[in-house]
Amino acid sequence: MIEVKGLSKRFGNTQVLTDINAVFQKGKVNQIIGKSGSGKSVLAKCIVGLHVPEEGRVLYEGRSFHDMDREEKTLIRQEIGMLFQGSALFDSLNVLQNVLFPLQMFATMSKSEMEDRARFCLKRVNIMDKDRLYPSELSGGMQKRVGIARAIAMNPKYLFCDEPNSGLDPQTSILIDDLIKEITEEFDTTTIVITHDMNSVMETGENIIFINQGRKWWEGSREDLLNSDNKELNEFIFASGLMRQVKKAMTGRS
Amino acid sequence: MGIIAHIGRYLLLLKETFSRPERASIYWKRTVEEMDLLGLKSLGIVALLSFFMGAVITIQTRTNIDSPLIQAWIVGFATRQSTILEFSPTIIALILAGKVGSNIAAEIGSMRVKEQIDALDIMGVNSAGYLILPKIIASMFINPFLVMVSMFLSILGGYIAGTGTGIISSTDYLQGIQTGFIPYHVTYALIKTVVFAFIIATVSAYQGYYTRGGTREVGISSTQAVVYSNVVILIVNYALTQLLLI
Repeated sequence: MIEVKGLSKRFGNTQVLTDINAVFQKGKVNQIIGKSGSGKSVLAKCIVGLHVPEEGRVLYEGRSFHDMDREEKTLIRQEIGMLFQGSALFDSLNVLQNVLFPLQMFATMSKSEMEDRARFCLKRVNIMDKDRLYPSELSGGMQKRVGIARAIAMNPKYLFCDEPNSGLDPQTSILIDDLIKEITEEFDTTTIVITHDMNSVMETGENIIFINQGRKWWEGSREDLLNSDNKELNEFIFASGLMRQVKKAMTGRS
Repeated sequence: MGIIAHIGRYLLLLKETFSRPERASIYWKRTVEEMDLLGLKSLGIVALLSFFMGAVITIQTRTNIDSPLIQAWIVGFATRQSTILEFSPTIIALILAGKVGSNIAAEIGSMRVKEQIDALDIMGVNSAGYLILPKIIASMFINPFLVMVSMFLSILGGYIAGTGTGIISSTDYLQGIQTGFIPYHVTYALIKTVVFAFIIATVSAYQGYYTRGGTREVGISSTQAVVYSNVVILIVNYALTQLLLI
């Protein structure tokens, strides 16, 4: 479980996040949603420690991340897997080497065990036959799969996915969403997905946080989402005609 | 950002770079790869440049010495001295700042904008150490070899150009390159080379590591890496010359 308490972040004179409080539950797909520029990616980067907040704390199983010393932070980070928006695969390494990378850096296992683990992760994301290709030779969807395989290589307790569906066609998006959901259940991870893809929210979101103007505006389940009377949330969700039709079909209201 | 802030951030980056590596074996493997990439792959340009610079120094020295009072072997002497003291360590460093420095800044800069450095940090890898330390060690180790090759080829280039065009005899040239030879000058040149290698690797890595934005900014970082490395090399060259030769 990850808790965020009173987190505020600013860049220069621009206040990006203000007093964010949230709990991200274990074994669930927690989603942070919001418009572009609302501060959701900054929130995720504060949680994983890439940004240092001016105020507030991030607690991993009750331990405050920003109060940890360097070694403790390194240990926590080995428990974190992250899928980046652009996959962030290492260009100079092939698919297998990308997945092997965190194992080679930190795992205390033999070379053959590392390779077995990497191949298991690649098999888990159904990309076994592409292990010798380089990232530039893969499609966007395949890169995301390799990103997921690398993220789960160290058997993480916490999985972060930054806009996992961006740039993907609807069919591949669904596959990636399903994969994230399955992995969360299978490995019992605390998963946090940053997205503004409403299809993804409706498919996989279990605990949803809506960020607006750098503040936590709303929190609830996907069922609550359709029935909320929060004006800003409704403007965000029902911006597309498709979502308005979904609401009508599910609730009978427009 | 002011210059003091840049210097402070550069020093902090160096502190991160030299902190304990996670897996020494992986760092060593990367260092060997960097020696090939940054050093051996520069051998061609260094060789070509050195040979022709030596040739030009010889011809220009000879054509500027008209006085019958100056002996012919002075041409060989001047070629050797300018090669060892300045041309090979400094000019080659400036050339390498252009070739290797821009390469380092572009590589690290594009890793930054593609979030690959963030990926390293999140894994718990010391990204500064992993990316920069092997480049520093590789450059400081391989550049002295490049400079020694450069010294040899420059003097050889002078010999071939001088004797080939008939402006100096083989005997005079060989006498000149042996006359008044001070071995310390080679040591001085190699000390400068090692310091310049450190400057090229770290200044360029600094530019790349703190790149923000997209591909345009990567290009800007790459250019700045070359410009700042050159400026720092020229200033440090002056300081080292004063320190080591006077």
